[in-house]
Amino acid sequence: MSSQHALDKDTVLNIAKLARLELSETDIEKYQQDLSAILELAKKMQDCDTSDVAVMTHPMDAVLRLREDIVTETDHRENFQKIAPSTEKNLYLVPKVID
Amino acid sequence: MTIQTLVSLKKQLADKSISSTELTQESIKRAEASELNVFITVTADQAIEAAKTHDEATPSHSPLAGIPIAHKDLFCTKGVLTSCASKILENFISPYDATVVNKLNNAGTISIGKTNMDEFAMGSSNESSFYGPVSNPWDLERVPGGSSGGSAAAVAAGIVAFATGSDTGGSVRQPASYCNLTGVKPTYGRCSRYGMIAYASSLDQAGTFTHTAEDAAIALNAMSGFDEKDSTSLNVTTEDFSAQLNNSLAGLRIGVPEEFFGDGLNNEVGSLIEDAIKEYEKLGATIVKVSLKNSSLALPAYYIIAPAEASSNLSRFDGVRYGFRAQDYGDLDDMYTKTRSEGFGAEVQKRIMVGAYALSSGYYDAYYAKAQKLRRLITNDYLTAFETCDVILGPTTPEPAFKKGSTADPMSMYLNDIYTVTANLSGLPAASIPAGFTQAGLPVGMQLTTPHLQEAKLLNIAHQYQQTTDWHTKTPESYAVSEPAVTTGESS
Repeated sequence: MSSQHALDKDTVLNIAKLARLELSETDIEKYQQDLSAILELAKKMQDCDTSDVAVMTHPMDAVLRLREDIVTETDHRENFQKIAPSTEKNLYLVPKVID
Repeated sequence: MTIQTLVSLKKQLADKSISSTELTQESIKRAEASELNVFITVTADQAIEAAKTHDEATPSHSPLAGIPIAHKDLFCTKGVLTSCASKILENFISPYDATVVNKLNNAGTISIGKTNMDEFAMGSSNESSFYGPVSNPWDLERVPGGSSGGSAAAVAAGIVAFATGSDTGGSVRQPASYCNLTGVKPTYGRCSRYGMIAYASSLDQAGTFTHTAEDAAIALNAMSGFDEKDSTSLNVTTEDFSAQLNNSLAGLRIGVPEEFFGDGLNNEVGSLIEDAIKEYEKLGATIVKVSLKNSSLALPAYYIIAPAEASSNLSRFDGVRYGFRAQDYGDLDDMYTKTRSEGFGAEVQKRIMVGAYALSSGYYDAYYAKAQKLRRLITNDYLTAFETCDVILGPTTPEPAFKKGSTADPMSMYLNDIYTVTANLSGLPAASIPAGFTQAGLPVGMQLTTPHLQEAKLLNIAHQYQQTTDWHTKTPESYAVSEPAVTTGESS
C-alpha cells in the first residue's frame, strides 16, 4: 500500500460520518486498506493531462429535458405510505428533531 | 439437448403444441427445483394466472406473448418484493412497475419472478447478495459472474429463455460470458431507467440475457424506447433491431484493439478470440488494427464515477419512507446511521464511502471531475477508431468464471471489468456472445461494440457468427432436467 494515499483512521471515520455509516472498531482497519487501494487505483488518473478536456456528463452530450409545468401524477399517498416503516395521520414518523 | 429460444417457444405456442400455462408451470417447476440460488422471489400464482389469461385470450401477434421470463431484482415490479439483493430493501413491495417491466408486460411476457444479484448491482461475482451467492450452472463451484448473476444462471440453466439484467460496468456482458449466453447492453438511454433502482445513473443501462442474438433483438424491441419519466432517455426514432439480422458481413471492417490483448489476458481466452476473428474473416470481414490508447484509465475513472454516483443515489435509503429501519436508535441522525449500517452490506458500504470521499469538499475536481474528463478521452478514442472500422471486437473478460470465495483481494475482482467498463463510460452498445470453451469446459465470451444507436448492426454481426458456429447452442448438464414438457426448440 502506498503510504501517500493511505487514509488514516480519522479520515475513514469522517467519511463514514458523511455517509451516515457506523463502523465497528474491527472494520475500520479493513476499510482503511480497501479505500486506500481504490484511491491508489484512482491515482493513475493524475498521469493524464486533461487541462484542455471538458467534463463529460452524458455519453451523448444530451442536455436535461424540460417539460411543461403541469401536474401529471395522481395521489398515491396511501399506497406509498403503506410500505413506510412508521406513519401517522398521513405523515412519516421520525425521532423528534426539535425540542 | 436443443436450446429453448424465444423464437422456438413462440412457434410452439402458435402451433399449440404447448400452452403458455404448461410452459409457465414448467419454468416455475425448474425454478423451484434449481439449487443454484437463482431466484429471490418466485411469483408462481401470479405467473400461472397471467399464463391462463393468455391462453384464454385471442392469439397475440407479439413474439413474446405467453412466454415466461424473469427480471433482475433491481427492476421495480408492482406488488412484488423488489430487494436489489439488499437487507435495506428486504421488505420493499414496489408500488409501481419499472418502464422496462411495464413494456415487457404489455408485450405479453409472463414474469415468473425476481433474480438474485450482487447487492445494489455492486460486484462481479454475485457474492455480495444478502440472499447468498448464485452458482454457475457450468460448474457449481464457480460464480456465474455479476452483478446480474441470477438472470444469467436462469437462462443458462434452462429455467427461462430470456431474463432482464442491468449493466453499469459489465454486469450483463460479464455474466453472459461466464454462462455461455448472448448478453446485450444497448446504447445509454435506449431503455428507460424509470423504476430501475439506481447504482450509477450516468452508466446504468438495462440489458438482456438470451441464448441467441436473434432473441436479443426480439427482447430489446419490446424493452426499449423513449420514456418521459427518465430524463436521460433518448428521444430517437424506434427501430426494428431484428431488421438487419440477415445482412451479409462481406466488407465488414472489424477493429481489434491491441490494448485488449495485452498482459493479464488468459492464453486460452486469447486464442479462442483469435479463432473467432478468423471465423469472421471467413464471413467476409476484414480486420483493422485500432488503438484505444486511454483504455488503461477506464478502470480508475469507473471506480470513481460509479461510487460517487452510488453515494449520492443511495442516500435515499434512510429508513424513513420505505424499506428496513433499525430497531434501536436514539435521535434522527442515529436512526439514519444505524439503519444504513445494518441495512447495507460491506461492498456497498465501501463504495458509498469511496464516493463520499471523492465528492467531499476539496476533492471533487481531483476525482469526480477528473474522471469525467477521462471519460471524454476514452469516448473520443472509440469515435476515432470507428472512423476506420464498423465494430470493435475483443474478449469480454480476461479470464473465464472464477471459483466462489476466490476474490479475497477486492482489487483483483475489479479487474474483471477491464474490457467492459469502457462501453459504459462511452455509452456505446456492446454485446458478449459465446466464443468457445476452455480445456476445463468453461465458456468464454467475445465482446462486440458498435457506434451509438447501432444495435441492429451489432446484432447482425452477432447473429451471422451464430449461423456458422454452435457455441451458443451448448448447454450445461443441468440444463432442463425437468422433463418432458419442454424439450424441443427447433431453431437456434
